[in-house]
Amino acid sequence: MSTFTGNEGLLIEEPLIFEQDSPGVSAVDLPEPDNSETKLGDAARTKNIGLPGLSEPQVVRHYLRISQKNYCIDSGLYPLGSCTMKYNPRLNEKMARRSGLADIHPLQPESTVQGALQLMSVCAEWLSVLTGMPGVVLSPAAGAHGELTGLMTIRAALNDRGNPREKVLVPESAHGTNPASAHMCGYKVETIPANERGRIDLGSLLERLNPSVAAIMVTNPNTCGLFEDDIVKIADAVHEVGGFVYCDGANFNAIVGRVRPGDLKIDSMHLNLHKTFSTPHGGGGPGSGPVVLSKALAPYAPLPYVVRNGETFKLIEHSLHSDQKPYGRMKGFHGQFGVFVRALSYMMSMGADGLRQASGDAVLNANYLMARLQDILPPSFEGPCMHEVLIDDHFLRGTDVTTLDFAKALIDEGFHPMTMYFPLVVQGALLMEPTETESKSTLDQYIATVRYLAGQAKAGRSEEFKKAPRLTPRRRLDETMAARNPILRWQPPIQGVGK
Amino acid sequence: MRYLPLTDTDRREMLAAIGVSSIDKLYKDVPSEVLLNEPVDLPYHQSELEVERTIGSFAEKNKNTTACPSFLGAGNYRHHIPASADHLIQRSEFLTSYTPYQPEVSQGTLQALFEFQTQVALITGMDVANASLYDGATACAEAAMMACRITRRNKVVLSGSLHPHYHDVTKSNANYLNLEVVAGKRQDNNNLMELVDDKTACVVIQNPDFFGRVKELSTISTECVLAGALLVVVVNEIVSLGALKSPGEMGADIVAAEGQSLGNGLSFGGPHVGLLATKEKFVRQMPGRLAGETVDVDGKRGWVLTLSTREQHIRREKATSNICTNSGLCALAFSIHLALLGEVGFMRLARLNHTKAMILAEHLSGVDGVKVINDTFFNEFTIQLSKCAAQVVETLADRNILAGVPVSRLIPGDNSLTNQLLVTATEMTTEGDIARLCKGLSEVL
Repeated sequence: MSTFTGNEGLLIEEPLIFEQDSPGVSAVDLPEPDNSETKLGDAARTKNIGLPGLSEPQVVRHYLRISQKNYCIDSGLYPLGSCTMKYNPRLNEKMARRSGLADIHPLQPESTVQGALQLMSVCAEWLSVLTGMPGVVLSPAAGAHGELTGLMTIRAALNDRGNPREKVLVPESAHGTNPASAHMCGYKVETIPANERGRIDLGSLLERLNPSVAAIMVTNPNTCGLFEDDIVKIADAVHEVGGFVYCDGANFNAIVGRVRPGDLKIDSMHLNLHKTFSTPHGGGGPGSGPVVLSKALAPYAPLPYVVRNGETFKLIEHSLHSDQKPYGRMKGFHGQFGVFVRALSYMMSMGADGLRQASGDAVLNANYLMARLQDILPPSFEGPCMHEVLIDDHFLRGTDVTTLDFAKALIDEGFHPMTMYFPLVVQGALLMEPTETESKSTLDQYIATVRYLAGQAKAGRSEEFKKAPRLTPRRRLDETMAARNPILRWQPPIQGVGK
Repeated sequence: MRYLPLTDTDRREMLAAIGVSSIDKLYKDVPSEVLLNEPVDLPYHQSELEVERTIGSFAEKNKNTTACPSFLGAGNYRHHIPASADHLIQRSEFLTSYTPYQPEVSQGTLQALFEFQTQVALITGMDVANASLYDGATACAEAAMMACRITRRNKVVLSGSLHPHYHDVTKSNANYLNLEVVAGKRQDNNNLMELVDDKTACVVIQNPDFFGRVKELSTISTECVLAGALLVVVVNEIVSLGALKSPGEMGADIVAAEGQSLGNGLSFGGPHVGLLATKEKFVRQMPGRLAGETVDVDGKRGWVLTLSTREQHIRREKATSNICTNSGLCALAFSIHLALLGEVGFMRLARLNHTKAMILAEHLSGVDGVKVINDTFFNEFTIQLSKCAAQVVETLADRNILAGVPVSRLIPGDNSLTNQLLVTATEMTTEGDIARLCKGLSEVL
């Protein structure tokens, strides 16, 4: 059905802010300063910028309308494998907005921010106990940033021993950030194949191990949703040749409160506070990726860090004031403090018992999906799985329906799709991670929907799948055109030329 | 446990469907010697009220900038955030959505990013901007590495009056990539070009610089062109662009900036939002996400993430960067605040900041033992005190005045800087604040 306006009931077509310009209008009332003189020298602006003018009601309506075109975890199941879309408690937001935490400047005198430093110290303490690792670097801004920090710490430790070594081993199922981070750390990347059980092939790993290996980057649980059951053997073998074990902690939510990576002989691991510890994804950030370190690596942690001295807290910001061997600095100021507040609120809310229950429920939910789907969507690897279940496109063979089509059909049914085409170790991957914050009734509805759609695919309704999604604000978008002829910003219309 | 919907009955039914007797049995692949049988040694779960009390007790120990006059800057600035901006970013649809990988159900985030990119391009005077980076310091490092890729050269020349954190982050990032990073003399850009040679990929200059000084960069830009090096301009007070010539107008090839001043509170230094803008011809070497315009199968205009062949999930170790997230919600806050301000509001805000700083400088000049060093500034400048700045700041903090940032806080170990203090005025600064600072200084000095 098409309408005169193009609107569809509650979904309103909304132009860009630049197309709603009323020149001279501002939604912020400010006094006009009297400054005929300036101290700007010859750098004072003389030209217009070209920003649009809108009133406050127009701005609020604009963002309200476009917001309604987003799916979000508060609207329903968001089973993106390896992304951990769990509920984001509102208490976290309330705490981060307390004036005593939100309105403090990072360079206030130490004596005026003792509470903030204490909060960072307590947050680090929780992460240290949960992982069984003594060193904590709070400053990395995101998971990939944490990976880079962890690898740089390894490189700094190896440099200190006299040889940084040459390469980093990365399993083929790894997230793309792993090889990219290793490259940014100046290492060559060597890929290790997976075995038929979806895990690192120990034999292939042992063949590649030699004193040129600086580190291995293991994701555990891995991106196939499986626990790397040879992990301790792997760690021992890597340590044997003098290398370090980096663990991508993106999937720590499956084992938090049940397994300490320190006990697995991991040397360095990042934690995604926006995954395991419930801070919001915000449409793509801000995240926070603290890194935990073994005793061997802890002295090389980058600046800054908090030191507790009885009841007072000190912030070490400069190598001149450090009794350790910090290799440098990864971020301005002290890290994603607002995210620490949220994560600590969550950890305290859940407690040691609740975090253990959360990982158990996450694993239970994923195994329940696997059990109820396996007769028609057999998992790629035998279970039990951890927090996510990997399925490949076998069940779609001969149907002309692709993984992409299947995912898009789920959108019309009111679900966000699973992760598609990742990991790369199976064909047409569908990786589903329900998380522990979904109820059984939601899972049952999702299971019934997936089963129904699989039946439709097998019944030859591929035409319907190709048209999906049909009920969204926009249907399938032309990504090839977007990349071939990139339009990355709005441009003012050229006078006298029709669009 | 209020965040967990499963009941014990649910769990029993689900375990039965799976065919195992307990959740612990699902962990059979974990070696038994490392599997914990009971919760770790941390407190048990707590109610909202209990958590509020604990977190509140941390908050109450801090002196916050809303409760006392504050003149702190040095890379983070206190500005007024309109109520509607903070309200809008808390909408679930923005707050609790993922990266917009499924464009059909993410048009809200994508349209907002497209508008953000346009706003950043406009205020920096560049052709294009990405969908944001972590913060200003990491944006600076990414800009330097990007310049090395574009020019295929490996030397980075940093101005000596670049924010020390930006310097350090850039150096740490370059460390293992065989890039040479050299820095000019502190407080002196005049001889910077002497460091430039035929290996130099870029010259990185902050404007206004760390000490608050403002400079016209067109001459340096021309010299860079002659040397075959790119000019990277760093901005850490983005509001300044409402009053200053844009970096693009002065010949910048890449702009790396901190966007915190718009829409984002101080939050003890993060999370904030890094901005990266450049010329169209360099876009394929730009790291980070990009939203682009396209059409859907019905021919309707829409937006997608694009040029992802630069990125790690496609290119793996050959990617332009390992970056996987941007700073989505902070970018949205920035964008909403700038949409509210509009052209006239943004420029007026900048003029207001500048005027307040001129008033502050005038009053401080009248205090015995204080000398304003800067000839030029936007809303922040350096003063020379007759005593150690860190001690003065500490003493005034006891009197509930947050006097500014001692230069020695960021550049320790240089005796010539011991008595220097960075002070900032914004639209938040009142005449009463200025009077209290001047009175406090005159008593202490």
